[in-house]
Amino acid sequence: MSKVHVSATVNGDPVEFLADPRDTLLDCLRDQLGLTGTKEGCGTGDCGACSVQLDGVLVCSCLVLGVEAEGKRVETVEGLSSGQDLHPLQRKFIEHAALQCGFCTPGILVAAKALLAQNPDPTETEVRYWLAGNLCRCTGYDKIIRAVMDAGAEMRGAN
Amino acid sequence: MPKDDLKTGYRLVGTRPNRPDGLDKVTGRARYGADISAPGMLHAAVVRSPHAHARIIRIDASKALALDGVKAVITRADFPTGLTGEDWNLQENTIAGDVALYDGHAVAAVAATSKLLAQDAAKLIEVEYEVLPHVIDVDAAMQPGAPVIRAGTADHSVPDGMHPNVVKYIDFGHGDLAAGFAAADLVRAQSYKTEATHQGYIEPHACLGQMGEDGKGEMWVCTQGQWYIRRMCSAVLGTDASQLRVTPSEIGGGFGGKTTIFMEPLALALSRKAGGRPVKLVMSRAEVLRATGPTASASMDVKLGMKADGTLTAASVNFRMQGGAFLGSSPVGEALSCALACYNIPAVHHEGYEVLANRPKAAAYRAPGSPMAAFAVESLLDEMCRELGLDPLAVRLKNAVHEGVKSSYGPTYNRIGLVETLQATMAHANLTVPLGPNQGRGVAAGFWFNHGGETSVSLAIGEDGTVTVSVGTPDIGGSRASLGMMTAETLGIAYEAVRVNIVETGALGVNEPTHGSRATFASGLAAVEAAKQAIAQMCARAAAEWGIEPEAVEWLDGAAVPAGPNAGKFPPMTIAEIGAKMGSTGGPISGHHEVTAGGFGASFGAHVVDVEVDPETGRTTVLRYLVVQDAGCAIHPAYVEGQYQGGAVQGIGWALNEEYVYGADGRLQNPVFLDYRIPVASDLPMIDTVIVEVPNPGHPYGVRGVGETGITPPLPALANAIAAATGARLRSLPMSPPKVLAAIKAKARG
Repeated sequence: MSKVHVSATVNGDPVEFLADPRDTLLDCLRDQLGLTGTKEGCGTGDCGACSVQLDGVLVCSCLVLGVEAEGKRVETVEGLSSGQDLHPLQRKFIEHAALQCGFCTPGILVAAKALLAQNPDPTETEVRYWLAGNLCRCTGYDKIIRAVMDAGAEMRGAN
Repeated sequence: MPKDDLKTGYRLVGTRPNRPDGLDKVTGRARYGADISAPGMLHAAVVRSPHAHARIIRIDASKALALDGVKAVITRADFPTGLTGEDWNLQENTIAGDVALYDGHAVAAVAATSKLLAQDAAKLIEVEYEVLPHVIDVDAAMQPGAPVIRAGTADHSVPDGMHPNVVKYIDFGHGDLAAGFAAADLVRAQSYKTEATHQGYIEPHACLGQMGEDGKGEMWVCTQGQWYIRRMCSAVLGTDASQLRVTPSEIGGGFGGKTTIFMEPLALALSRKAGGRPVKLVMSRAEVLRATGPTASASMDVKLGMKADGTLTAASVNFRMQGGAFLGSSPVGEALSCALACYNIPAVHHEGYEVLANRPKAAAYRAPGSPMAAFAVESLLDEMCRELGLDPLAVRLKNAVHEGVKSSYGPTYNRIGLVETLQATMAHANLTVPLGPNQGRGVAAGFWFNHGGETSVSLAIGEDGTVTVSVGTPDIGGSRASLGMMTAETLGIAYEAVRVNIVETGALGVNEPTHGSRATFASGLAAVEAAKQAIAQMCARAAAEWGIEPEAVEWLDGAAVPAGPNAGKFPPMTIAEIGAKMGSTGGPISGHHEVTAGGFGASFGAHVVDVEVDPETGRTTVLRYLVVQDAGCAIHPAYVEGQYQGGAVQGIGWALNEEYVYGADGRLQNPVFLDYRIPVASDLPMIDTVIVEVPNPGHPYGVRGVGETGITPPLPALANAIAAATGARLRSLPMSPPKVLAAIKAKARG
């Protein structure tokens, strides 16, 4: 099957790649663009490790085809920090020990950023339901929830 | 004792610095198993048996090999013959021989120039099977007439007359059992079952392997133990271990499941056949669930004798476990040893059977065997406490083991902290929270031995006085931080001045994996000893410069200083000053320690859970959850809490949701996360923790190891809470809504 030329914007940078029509966006990010921060945990949209934003919408990149990214904006974990400054979520995850193995962390950070963009002051329950599509097997979620709420507070200037 | 009463005199131990690998892991830079590529790399795919038990009649790869870009196909014929024991088991599990033994068993593998091409080629490999009768359930596999999985597998321990699927028998105990039960006021016996569950690490197995015709090879792999990968792959391939260099990637969870091999030799064998081109092999989630090691399923009988005041007088357990189609894969021995380990009982007897079934080869899963055993024993103990009107925590405290008591499994306990753990539990505020309708509270205790094991660590002083530590235990949940803290504490330098590297197999002597809760204990112990060696050298360098005896120099706050006024008057010589001129004062300064570490100390825990059970649906909601556990010493308390919380939640999943579901055809019905449902954030409350610290005398900072005990109490604690909430006692896991609802209805019918 011949490949399709795709032009997109990834983390603000223009990119071009050739996608087999069967390749997922996740495959293209990882294998074509070298952005391996986005992870595959299941390939069926159940674990959230591959979470990215596509034109501002939170998606599982394993459920999107690479060719669907044509002309779109993609935001991955690699785009969270600006220059040397970590995003507050990244800092709070380190401070709260909200990661153990760290494999689910990129997807959770991307998903949590999308939450705080639309709900800057979520309750614990709202954080838990928003992140219900992001599986973590190490932490039991406790410190993740605390880190997200603390980052939200800092971003609101409430700390 | 509560930790705040204990910590004195430590500068770093017990604090909560940022982990050194945190930045890489929040930016996406950390490189896991599937994140590496190599020039000329091929991609592999595996052909797996769709049958639970089938003779392989014929494998025809001609159509696959005819595709442009397909470089190699391998079958069992590409592997050496004549292996025995566990080496044969590993080879047979890596790729089937004459018979596929479970749904998902690898039969062939292919390497091609792209992932999609490899997958296409795998579909073109034709395998003809003769389907054989299969057996899945452990009790069914022992019955007369059950399909024989492999005659002659049983070892010498199995009594005559047992079914050939029974491959190991264990029998031990002490005390007069009959007298013990006769002395009891209440004797009860019950039977329990647990289904297999999977470790459920989010990172699927992945590796990049390269091997030439000369048997020299390299591997990048997500693993808990690079030397285990080296030894096992070499055994399966018939190559020399020292010719294979294994580098561990960052690891996306393991929980015991990444202490062995499943598909790694396939990548090396494909590479060897494809002219030495590197081969990347990444499992799908379905492959992980079908063909890597879940834990065993268990069928268990327990009998306990208790006096009216709660004193245990006698106990007997009889466990049957299947761990797949291979001898030695079930944790029945560990389950028996853990079953009664919390209690001081005058007479105990243990019997266990390992049974073969047509399931994947079980691997270690966090405190292997202990959770199932606890489910059975702690459930029955709870029932008897209720029957006698006794407080279940007070009964556990009355019978709790302590220093000097002979354990149920033989050895006499050193200093342990179960009594302190139970006291801290009974003092916790969660126990006074009033409960509402349909709510119930359950408690349970748990145990894990912990482990020392083969360990080799090197430490080197840098030219600027900073320090590099090379360890062989992959960092699965913050051990770089705890090892760096202990090293810096010992050297009297800043935490940030130490870098801990997880190194490849060529860099150190053999290390066991990060398993048995040993990384912070054993690599920590070795790092401290290595630091002490470096300190001795640095003191000697200062002594030489000062012209005094080395014994007249001591190490204080990161510098050599004269030991007392008689040694002479010299300003402190810092580690940075010593490092800067070490090339001209005798050469590089390093420390090295290797040991098969003994002295590990058992960790006990107690959990308290409050649940609400919906009487309409049978769904259990966890309202609040408390973990109390003896850490010995919490080097980095945040990561100790993380182990407690993560272990508890894995146990909650095992108790309420998770199970391997097989169809009548013996195929796994739920090999995706949608159907193999692990706990999600919205299922849970915060997990409260109390770190008890009764120092382990076998470690310089008192570390016991904290990773495993926490998965043990949730299974019975949830069962006990559901019984308290509903009056219905569930003796089979998982306690999923349909089963709870059925139990409630059965209870209502009387």
